[in-house]
Amino acid sequence: MSEEAKRERIEARACVLRGDDIDTDRIIPARYLREVTFESMGEHAFEDDRSQAKGNHPLDDERFAGAGILVVGQNFGCGSSREHAPQALMRFGFRAFVGASFGEIFRGNCTALGLPCLTLAPRDLARLMESVELDPEQRVVVDVAARTVTSRAGSVRAQLPDGARQQLLEGSWDGTAVLLDAGDAIERTAQQLPYLQGFPS
Amino acid sequence: MGRDETLLQKTLLQKVWDAHTVRELPNGQTQLFIGLHLVHEVTSPQAFAALDERGLRVRFPERTFATVDHIIPTESQARPLSDALAETMMGALERNCREHGIRLYGPESGEQGIVHVIGPEKGLTQPGMTIACGDSHTSTHGAFGAIAFGIGTSQVRDVLATQCLALDRLRVRRVEITGKLARGVYAKDVTLAVIHELGVNGGIGFAYEYAGPVIDAMSMEERLTVCNMAIEGGARVGYVNPDETTFAYLRGRAFAPAGEAFERALGFWRGVASDPGAGYDDRVELDGSALAPVVTWGINPGQSVPVDGRLPRLSDTPDAGRASVEEALAHMKLRAGDPIAGTRIDVAFVGSCTNGRISDLREAARVARTGRVAPGVKALIVPGSQAVARQAHEEGLDEVFRAAGFEWREAGCSMCLAMNPDKLVGDQISASSSNRNFKGRQGSPTGRTLLMSPAMVAAAAIHGKVVDVRELL
Repeated sequence: MSEEAKRERIEARACVLRGDDIDTDRIIPARYLREVTFESMGEHAFEDDRSQAKGNHPLDDERFAGAGILVVGQNFGCGSSREHAPQALMRFGFRAFVGASFGEIFRGNCTALGLPCLTLAPRDLARLMESVELDPEQRVVVDVAARTVTSRAGSVRAQLPDGARQQLLEGSWDGTAVLLDAGDAIERTAQQLPYLQGFPS
Repeated sequence: MGRDETLLQKTLLQKVWDAHTVRELPNGQTQLFIGLHLVHEVTSPQAFAALDERGLRVRFPERTFATVDHIIPTESQARPLSDALAETMMGALERNCREHGIRLYGPESGEQGIVHVIGPEKGLTQPGMTIACGDSHTSTHGAFGAIAFGIGTSQVRDVLATQCLALDRLRVRRVEITGKLARGVYAKDVTLAVIHELGVNGGIGFAYEYAGPVIDAMSMEERLTVCNMAIEGGARVGYVNPDETTFAYLRGRAFAPAGEAFERALGFWRGVASDPGAGYDDRVELDGSALAPVVTWGINPGQSVPVDGRLPRLSDTPDAGRASVEEALAHMKLRAGDPIAGTRIDVAFVGSCTNGRISDLREAARVARTGRVAPGVKALIVPGSQAVARQAHEEGLDEVFRAAGFEWREAGCSMCLAMNPDKLVGDQISASSSNRNFKGRQGSPTGRTLLMSPAMVAAAAIHGKVVDVRELL
């Protein structure tokens, strides 16, 4: 596994996107999924929300320009399994997400792209959001190894499942290579499954 | 029961998980074998490209099945598709399937349809399987007692290359629906009520095991509707223990075991059901007898009321939820405290992987026979598969709909998700049998969606507004 795939620590300016249950249809409207590559996704991140906000969307807020960490509320990325959503945010420039909770498929998709999703206790998240909004110039540190998020509001404990943490730290988040390592054990498992063997008596 | 016996009692999830475990990974996750991989045109092209880049082949092409559903136009499936982007995606899927030896149910096959409709109808979906598909509504297949995961494109690549996924073990919440559903109350109402009760994020980290007398009494198609929306409650996986209803449905299906193999399969299928003494991480109960038809009023599927109820008042909403209620009301252009019944609609849509099966069309047709689509309402009936369309035609349902002023379309995802020409325009409001009322979901950024059962949609189409279908039946 290559050194550059390791995600130990992300230090960047942050952008605060308030609101709960922000779904993947809002992150990337479906009409932009009609592509056979992910290349153009970054151009359309939150396109409809941004156009309705007429320049007042956090992704268009100059104070947050160039942010690498997106701070969100509850159940961020719920809905469709489209990997186009984390692809869009990654191509827009985000390298880590901090929130109250994440849609499960979205979080798995993020990990598979090397993008950590950490969750904070409600009070810590509220303080982080306030701190970043007051002082968007500050550098926020997402420490994958220590499971902490540090801002001018202080350093707080964050949750990150063990499996995802290890994949990010080792740079082993590209699942295919890891899964291929099982070799013949895959076929041996298949041979034990009655429905793949004609239900032997 | 002694302590040791209790320990031997397992849930279906545990049994299926254990049987499919290839190995425990160093990071604590499980490498799980996937028994059936379903592929469609939207989330697969990048996965096939990644495979080609790495010089990998599809590991189990005979366990991989593809169809086209999201982007296919429903007015005509004739090739080349009227939409050039759709034709490109269709072409990519055909090429990828050909090069990798994957069976594709394209429009000319007579077997095309929404991936979650054709899996069950072909008998591909069976109890005790693990299933994956690059679509969040893969939870649908859990209706058979399978464990089915919606996955993203990187994981589609993983499954193509290895037939495996790396996953964290799920906790299991048993969701019991007691009592008996009243006339005019459907599986859709049950699943919406569960989401309302437990919240749109209440299921994160859980598999939902749906059970109880209401679920036991349901047909397979109704169970598919319930499991389809597990993900809308945050649960990536939902399932029902297989029983005689499941087995009767499977008998004679194209990919179900035949003859003596079917009899032998019964033993395996019965064995995967949760043991009576299995332990659950959580249990909840909902009184099915008390349910009324449910209608969503907001921008997530948990924001719903019974059809005889009223929209929430801000004064009754706890502080924590007020912002989201305000945001939803603003988008929906609805007033706090108003009754939901009587809300005018512009569009009516019956279809989708939630409610595009023959039983859904029969219920909608029953209502369609009571009148004609109201002036100014555009009403679409979109069968979930070509097989559903044929069956409906044999029963004369297409004629019932046409005579009542509904448009009868070809199979596809249609207006559920706006990746094809069927879309809302401007701030049109739709009565929809689909699964998501997210902002912009049906194709217009300002479009509005009211989710409800197919019978309720048909009733709304005829009356031009939300009405209580119980009064029409």
